[in-house]
Amino acid sequence: MVHVKDLSVTFRNGRNVLHAVRNADLAIADGEIFGIVGTSGAGKSTLLRTVNLLQKPSSGSIIIDGVDITGAKGQELRRFRLSVGMVFQHFNLLYARTVAENVAFPLHIAGKTKKEIDARVPELLDLVGLSDKSSVYPSTLSGGQKQRVGIARALANNPKILLCDEPTSALDLETTNALLDLLGDINRKLGITIILISHEMAVVKKICTKVAVMSEGKIVETGNAYDIFAAPVHPFTRQLVEHTLDLELPPRLLKEVKGSLVKVVYRGEKAEEPVLSDALRKHAVHFNVLHGKIEYINGKPLGVLLIDTIGDKEEIQKAIDYLKTRAESVEVIHG
Amino acid sequence: MDKQYVLSLLADLVKAFGETFQMVGISLAISIAAGIPLGLLLYVTSKNLFWENRAVNVVSGFVINVIRSTPFVILLVILLPITQKIIGTTIGPIAASVPLAIAATVFYARLVQASLCEIDRGIIEAALSFGASPMQIIRDVLVPESMPGLLRGLTVTAISLIGYSAMAGIVGGGGVGDLAIRFGYYRYQTDIMFVTVAILIVLVQAVQMGGDAIAEKTNKK
Repeated sequence: MVHVKDLSVTFRNGRNVLHAVRNADLAIADGEIFGIVGTSGAGKSTLLRTVNLLQKPSSGSIIIDGVDITGAKGQELRRFRLSVGMVFQHFNLLYARTVAENVAFPLHIAGKTKKEIDARVPELLDLVGLSDKSSVYPSTLSGGQKQRVGIARALANNPKILLCDEPTSALDLETTNALLDLLGDINRKLGITIILISHEMAVVKKICTKVAVMSEGKIVETGNAYDIFAAPVHPFTRQLVEHTLDLELPPRLLKEVKGSLVKVVYRGEKAEEPVLSDALRKHAVHFNVLHGKIEYINGKPLGVLLIDTIGDKEEIQKAIDYLKTRAESVEVIHG
Repeated sequence: MDKQYVLSLLADLVKAFGETFQMVGISLAISIAAGIPLGLLLYVTSKNLFWENRAVNVVSGFVINVIRSTPFVILLVILLPITQKIIGTTIGPIAASVPLAIAATVFYARLVQASLCEIDRGIIEAALSFGASPMQIIRDVLVPESMPGLLRGLTVTAISLIGYSAMAGIVGGGGVGDLAIRFGYYRYQTDIMFVTVAILIVLVQAVQMGGDAIAEKTNKK
């Protein structure tokens, strides 16, 4: 359990004062994949770095498994850091060492014997799918492979918590997806708590179970990933998730709508029921789906459809009323 | 040119180069042993690093600048009493190694600092995040990651030392500089001067090429 309590980080540079993090509170349960999202400069990275004290908080505290580690120093701090792995946006690998030596580095720091290291390194490389690259130097690897080395290295000492600082922001879409799948697998296999920051909602949507949204140093909203996407409360969150369910119809189609244009929003289990065909069977209308999108967040669907409902006026109204009982929301946009 | 003359010339050359190698060798060894720690000190006490200490950083930087801004000929003379104390004499290649070693150490320390600055701070941060101690970071991150730069700096230092050691000849250090001045300048034996310079050119080229090759071999970037 990671508890961040009333935490603030303030940077002073001469007369300039920057409040990077303001009064942040977080409670992250064991085994969660917790996402922190926000635009760049929102203070996400600073907040994440306080969890392993790479950044000293100006006030507030970090409590991990009931132990307040905020004031840890020297040997105590180094021992604590062995239980927290970290993955970086720009990988931060040792370029003078091979892949295997990079993975061995944290083990070496932890004082493991050569025998223990030799046994553990192949396991880790196997976990991230890089067994065949053990003796090459990082400069010859692709971005995705470098990050896999970064992940293997971060997991070397069996940490309880894995901090991921924009782990996919330097990678292309395909590599990003493969890497997020890997992080998800690792979370399931090892039960490790993952705290991940990203400026991309797509990353959060794919693997996070819980999300905190940051804006200008403040956490403006926290909740289940699904709820954040389905029903954002804070204006900033709304703006972030807007495009997720934003459907725009070409003007030509809008003009040619024959009946009533209806926007149907689905959430959760309701989205998995055959609502439309049920409505068609009960009412004498035709549906023409003009636009639609179904997102899966943590495997749960969240969808929106734009439907041209064609038929007798009365029947259309009845069909809409029926849809209202079955879907999350039904809105008549036109006609 | 009779045989006798060539032989004595050759003997002088061999002796002179022997002395030069001695001076450069001793000073280079000391500049590695002292210059790398001094460069590391300058680096790790700089802003936002784990041993950040403005006082130590500024004072050591200032001392280095003072030594570096003193012309080497003047440094030679100023250090004569110290050389006398340490070695017991001010004559000969070993005595000349004292000012040479000091000049080379501060010179190399700056080059060490510069190549350490080339290391991505993120790598140091990663090592910190894994619980590495400052000494572990110095030994396992800073030195290996900057190795190509350290070797290139050492090459530059060695070549500068060859040049400086010639100046040390002026105060009785011996070596090729002394030979070239005595024979080539005072005795108008320009042939000796040309031979000496030619050998020096070959020597410097060899050091540069050798240094580059080793540095390239350690470069994994």
